[in-house]
Amino acid sequence: MKFSEEQIHRYSRQMILPGVGGKGQRKLTEAKVFIMGAGGLGSPAALYLAAAGVGTIGLADSDRVEIHNLQRQILHRTCDIGLPKVESGKKTLESLNPEVKVQIYPERVTSANIREIIKDYDLVLDGSDNFPTRFLVNDACYFEKKTLISGAILRFEGQLSTFKPHANGPCYRCLFPEPPPPGHVPSCQEAGILGAVAGIIGLFQANEALKEILGIGKSMAGRFLACDALELSFHEFKIEKNPHCLLCGENPTITELIDYTQTCPGPVV
Amino acid sequence: MDQSSKTQKIDEEINLKGKICPYTFIESMLALEEMKVGEVLRIIVDYPPAVCDVPASLKNEGYEVLDVSAVNDTDWAILVKNKELEE
Repeated sequence: MKFSEEQIHRYSRQMILPGVGGKGQRKLTEAKVFIMGAGGLGSPAALYLAAAGVGTIGLADSDRVEIHNLQRQILHRTCDIGLPKVESGKKTLESLNPEVKVQIYPERVTSANIREIIKDYDLVLDGSDNFPTRFLVNDACYFEKKTLISGAILRFEGQLSTFKPHANGPCYRCLFPEPPPPGHVPSCQEAGILGAVAGIIGLFQANEALKEILGIGKSMAGRFLACDALELSFHEFKIEKNPHCLLCGENPTITELIDYTQTCPGPVV
Repeated sequence: MDQSSKTQKIDEEINLKGKICPYTFIESMLALEEMKVGEVLRIIVDYPPAVCDVPASLKNEGYEVLDVSAVNDTDWAILVKNKELEE
C-alpha cells in the first residue's frame, strides 16, 4: 500500500517516531480493534485510535446518549442526546478521520453473539460499565485467544492491565475469579466519576493498544496499574497466571460463556 | 551532476523539491522501505534545513548516509544506503 500525500501529512508526527515509520503506520492501518462500550473509557480510547489511523474500530454499546453521559463520554455531543451511542460515536470518529472504518454493534452483547463479534478483531479494549459484561468480555477473549486491554474506573481511581492468557499471561479471572456480590461495589449514583479520570485510563488503554499493534515498548501483560487521581499516585503490581483460575487454570470449571445477571451496578463508565 | 553521483551506483532517485521537513524525511524513509537491502537512494531536496535534518534523521534510523552534496545553487543530493528492516 502506497501512502497518499494526505496520509503522510496526517500521520507525519507519529511516522517520524522510532519504531513506527511507514511499516508501523501500515500495521495501524491494517489493525482491527474492538471497543466494548462507547462511554467514559471507550470514548477517549476510540478517538485516539481513530486519530492514529487504526484501520477498523468496532464499537459496541446498546445505550443511547443521555445528558448525564456528556460530562465524560467525549465521543458524544449535546446534539447527539437520544441517538444510539454507537451511531453518535461512529459519526464523531468518522469526522475526525474518514479513513477509519467504524463497525457498530448497537445490540446487547451477550454469550450468544460476543465470540462471533470479536473473532475478526486483533485486539479487544474493555470499557464496559458492569461486571457481567466485564467477565463476559474476559471469558470470550480467552476462548477466542484475543489480547484484552482492560480498564476500569470508579470515583477518582482507575485500573489498567493487559490480559494475554494465550501467551502465558494471566486473565482477568486470575485476579478476580467471580463478579463481586450484590452491594459490594457502589453504584454509579452512589459512587460517581470524575470525567478526566475516565480520560486518563481510556488513553492508557489506547496507548497500550497502539504499543501492542506496533510491537513496541513493554506490554502491560502480567502487570496491573492502579491509579489514584486525587493523589496522582500510581502503583504497579506484578500479576501472574493463577494455576487455580476457574477459566485459564490447570483444571478449569468454566468451559463456556456465562451471562451473569446484573445484580449490582459495576464501575461507572 | 555532482561528483559522488557519477561514481556511486544509484538504484532509485526521489525528487523532494518543494517539500519541507518532516515530509522530506518521511518520504525518504518510505522510499527506502520499498527498496532492497544495500540499494542506494538519491534524494534531491531544496529546503535548506532538510540538507542537515534528513541525513541526521536517516542516520538515527540506522541508515548509512554516503554523501551530501550541492547539485546547483538551490538543490542538494543526499545518497543513502538501504538497511535491513528490523521486525
